[in-house]
Parts: sequence; C-alpha cells; structure tokens
Amino acid sequence: MTKSELIRRLSDRYPELAQRRIFDRIVQAVFEEISRALEQGDRVELRGFGAFSVKQRDPRIGRNPRTGDAVAVASKRVPYFKTGKLLRERLNSKAAD
Amino acid sequence: MAGQKTLTRADLGEAVYQEVGLSRNESADMVEAVLDEISGALAEGEGVKISSFGSFIIREKRERTGRNPKTGQEVPISPRRVLIFRASNILKNRLNGKKK
Repeated sequence: MTKSELIRRLSDRYPELAQRRIFDRIVQAVFEEISRALEQGDRVELRGFGAFSVKQRDPRIGRNPRTGDAVAVASKRVPYFKTGKLLRERLNSKAAD
Repeated sequence: MAGQKTLTRADLGEAVYQEVGLSRNESADMVEAVLDEISGALAEGEGVKISSFGSFIIREKRERTGRNPKTGQEVPISPRRVLIFRASNILKNRLNGKKK
C-alpha cells in the first residue's frame, strides 16, 4: 500500500469527507508531525501501533566494499521503529488460525 | 538526550486539527483511521510505503531454536511475521540536518 492508496482507502471509508481532498492533508500532517518530532530528537509513542525513536550511531571506520579502502563514517542519527504489542499480535493472528 | 519529549496520538490529533477544518474529536478519529488502515494492510501481509517518510516491510521468519536465557533450556520459536521499518533517505537526511 502506498501513500496514495492509503489516501484512497480513507476516502472510501469516509465518503462524506472525501470530496474535499481532505485526506491528502491529514496523511501529510500525521507523517510531517512524526518526522518533525524525530528531527528534534523526540520520541513518538503510538500505543498498540508502535513507537518511533532516534538512535545515535557512533562514528566508525567503514570500508569501501569494492576497493577495501578504509573510510571515516561520521556519527549519525537514525530513525528506529519498535512494533507495538497489539500490532505484532495482529500480524500473526492469521498464521495462528 | 536532554529535553526529550514523547509525542502521542493526542499530538498527532492536534497537528491534524491545526491543518484541516475538522473538530478536535474528528481529528483524533482521523489519526486513528490512518493508523488502523496501515495496521490492517500489514495484518494482511501487505507492505506499506509512505513516500518521503519510509516503508513498513513484513518479514516472514522461519521456525528456529531459541534458548530461554534464564534456564538455558532450548525452546522452538514458531515461524512468525515481523515488521521492519525502513526510513526513507529524506527522513534520514532530515535527522542529520541535511537539506534533501
């Protein structure tokens, strides 16, 4: 499912709102807010769904896999997602049937 | 990290409320609907790709033997689906203060 497919499914779910193309802005606002929080180093905790956080990676000496040359890799921040308990269970409910 | 905050559904609801002309209650419902549609797709084994944000990918794990770390006893770990989030380059760059 892509972002546009998500927007389409939401429009189908709420046909009374769909004609205002409101779901483009809703989906945009949700992911922009999460991105902005992560940018500031904050966490986003969505119970039942999961939690987004930022992890700090130390600087390291990496290697160019083609040439084997050592290259310095600067420290960086990477986004991390931990799946929530309820969603994890939903992912596996089909298999358990 | 100093001064770290934790955002919740309420903050996302507020962001939607500020962005579109719905009530606070309706805005909260919309956040829930977004999360529910994503969860529903994932529960069906369908990956979800949100451009400029990232992708939620389903991995099928085979059965393997694990160990109870407390007792050291071997236990079979049943095959399962796990969810992996891969951030887009745009999001990764934003976290590191790069423009694009």
